[in-house]
Amino acid sequence: MTKINFLKPDKNNLNTFLYLGSFLFFISIFDVFLNSFFKLNIVGFLPNFLSFLMPLILGFIGLYFVRIEYSGIKQLDLINKNINTNNFNAVLSLLIIFVVIKSTPPVLSWFFIDASFAGDSKDVCSGSGACWTYIKVWMRRFMYGMYPNAEQWRINLSFIALALLGSVGFFATDRFKKYLTLYYVVIYPLIAFLFIFFFISGGPVFFDFSYGIIAAILSIILGFFIPSKFRFYYFLIVPIVLYIALKYFLFFEETIELGKLDGLNWVETGAWGGLSLTFIISFFCLIFCFPIGMAFALGRRSEFPLIRYISIGFIEFWRGVPLITVLFMSAVMFPMFLPADFFIDKLVRCIIAISLFEAAYVAEVIRGGLQALPRGQYEAAKSLGMGYWKMHIFVILPQALKLVIPGIANTFLALVKDTPLIFVVGLLEIVGMLNLAKTNPEWLGFAMEGYVFAAIIFWIICYAMSKYSYNLEQKYKTDR
Amino acid sequence: MNFKLKDLGPQLITVIAVVLIFGFFTYNAQINMENRGIDFGYGFLSQESSFDVQFSLIEYDGSHSYFRAYLVGLLNTILVSVIGIIIATIIGVIVGVARLSPNYLINKFAAYYVEFFRNIPLLLQIFFWYFAALRALPLPQDAEAIFGVFFLTIKGLYVPAFIWENFNIFFYSIVAAVIAIIVIRFQAKKLQETQGKQIPVFLIAIGLILILPLLSFLIGGVSLSFEIPKLKQLAATSFVYDGGLSLPPELIALTLSLSLYTATFIAECVRAGIQGVGKGQKEAAASIGLTPNQVLKLVIMPQALRIIIPPTTNQYLNLTKNSSLAAAIAYPDLVLVFAGTALMQTGKAIEIVSITMFTYLSLSISISILMNWYNKKIAIQEK
Repeated sequence: MTKINFLKPDKNNLNTFLYLGSFLFFISIFDVFLNSFFKLNIVGFLPNFLSFLMPLILGFIGLYFVRIEYSGIKQLDLINKNINTNNFNAVLSLLIIFVVIKSTPPVLSWFFIDASFAGDSKDVCSGSGACWTYIKVWMRRFMYGMYPNAEQWRINLSFIALALLGSVGFFATDRFKKYLTLYYVVIYPLIAFLFIFFFISGGPVFFDFSYGIIAAILSIILGFFIPSKFRFYYFLIVPIVLYIALKYFLFFEETIELGKLDGLNWVETGAWGGLSLTFIISFFCLIFCFPIGMAFALGRRSEFPLIRYISIGFIEFWRGVPLITVLFMSAVMFPMFLPADFFIDKLVRCIIAISLFEAAYVAEVIRGGLQALPRGQYEAAKSLGMGYWKMHIFVILPQALKLVIPGIANTFLALVKDTPLIFVVGLLEIVGMLNLAKTNPEWLGFAMEGYVFAAIIFWIICYAMSKYSYNLEQKYKTDR
Repeated sequence: MNFKLKDLGPQLITVIAVVLIFGFFTYNAQINMENRGIDFGYGFLSQESSFDVQFSLIEYDGSHSYFRAYLVGLLNTILVSVIGIIIATIIGVIVGVARLSPNYLINKFAAYYVEFFRNIPLLLQIFFWYFAALRALPLPQDAEAIFGVFFLTIKGLYVPAFIWENFNIFFYSIVAAVIAIIVIRFQAKKLQETQGKQIPVFLIAIGLILILPLLSFLIGGVSLSFEIPKLKQLAATSFVYDGGLSLPPELIALTLSLSLYTATFIAECVRAGIQGVGKGQKEAAASIGLTPNQVLKLVIMPQALRIIIPPTTNQYLNLTKNSSLAAAIAYPDLVLVFAGTALMQTGKAIEIVSITMFTYLSLSISISILMNWYNKKIAIQEK
């Protein structure tokens, strides 16, 4: 047996140090564990200050003893390498372990053990935990806002239909793959628009919806007879023209009459709200801000100085002001700029404002992608005799957009996180509804539950989006 | 410049479209204002505002002008932004460095922090702190003192106030110290370039900034005392703290949420910056015999800062713009005081919204011009 120097752990006395160190370490963890779960203090006999620091001191000595390099034990080396490289790291690791152990019981008891789930009145919430009954009772309001209960199936049906239509891309066979871009850029947004504004809104305008469907189907059928050279322009123009023609020239009178007779009930946009409104606004802003942003990104890199300066002015203006003032502008200043008898719905104004605001950010992101492309790509495309639009559509943009997927995803995330700001114009999505519910005299004092609930929902949405964008980035990564 | 007629077409169309849109808006605005009997003008700024503001850095009450109200709002915005930027930078740098730590626990802890706070809307966080977390604090009469002098209550944080005598002498001594440090730094650089000698500038700087103000206390007649807040009874159940400085809960909630939220983005910038410096740089610097401190100071930091500073400035700008969310919890910032209350009273929508937007716009454009200049200055000069 060699001599042991307790100030210097070495490999010769590996077992001694290992047993002693791990014993001290587990004692310290055990102490904190007992303290937080059972309110016991096994070092209570010590002076107050010392007993408070005791676990840290014991754990520190324990970790110091087990810090032996190349001990030959795989697990020990792993631990030393990961949480125990030096004294400073050991203290930090211990503190983090203690904080986690300490905070587990109160969090658990608030969330689950002392929380109340049953019942549907405030009386059941007498415990010290969370009152999830409150969330349960107000669930419909948080999801649909002031939308009438009897009509909420319309929102559900629209969202399910749109989700199904949106997932077409995953099931498309190779034959239809080439139409997917067209579908997602033109047809899908159009269908979504018709769904939201005529099915969810309802009323006489519901019949517009059927015109939209008729227009879309007619134009798709006709589209097969159009030479592929003009198909792009065809689908850009004809569905909208058909729709307008159907609406204003064919059945105008009957629409109103039919709507009054047996259409869906009209629900004004002021009553929309909750999480569904968050989705609606994010969806439309996402659709609108992308093409606008792309146009301004191209404009900013244009050879024409006037177009360039206008684009720079637009982008820098929107990037320089906070969204809340933009919404203020759309609420109080924008109506002044329109003819007196011309009225734009609050929700539409909101969507326009947020779209323009986010478009500036999208433009900057796309510009980054355009700048990152090597000059050779432009020159090669030009030398093949491609014009400006052909070059951008077939060569530059596909590559540039691949490069900027993370940036675009971040902008869209910011957009989703910005939607609660619409409280400025009086629209109440989920956070706004929470604030409303909080002030209800029958349900006072449950602000915490509401905010935690909304935070969980938003966190899941945003986290899923960021993970999805990461997957996209990996999928489209091309080595150049 | 080779002039082409072909190039004129698209530009002309764009300009005409822009002019038409703006013309349409101005025309409508004129007609609308005539109909409603509003006249356009900024004369209202000198009128008496006749509304009160809860929290103000400069002297203000209802008898002051609207311009003064604008200043109050602007100063409150700047106050929140500056405090938020300082705290966010501290947290962000710590978390960013922690994300690169070899320690598994610290690394994960930092990663969870970033993922957690980044994915929750800022407005929700502000509401959470203001309406849920800070409402759980004790009433003034039940509050326990922290270190005997701070009181954290539901009505805000009360801290001791500084009472200075001859504050200007103290201030001058600090200015003198800063000037001396700049001169010494300049000389040290010159000395190193010409003769290769090194002076411990950092130690001298710390000494100067401590000793000069200390001297002002000893011989300059400066003195400092604290006014500790004391509990005062207003009515049977109503208590407040008297004396000292009081920070309203709106300010606390706002700075807390702004800095916790922005810190996640700053942390990512810091991490990217440090990771962006090649490993070879560190090894090369070590192999020519620099000490670890010198490696950090002379090789790693200058290169990492080049990557870190531009996006971080962007985050500072975002924080400043996000501070406008103050309006949601009634902290009297620029948007609430000016675009809210003042607009409501005067009805001058176009003027007030344009002034507010112009303020934010000039703030961000001036900072981005500064940033572009800085970027050009520190960019790698390739030969």
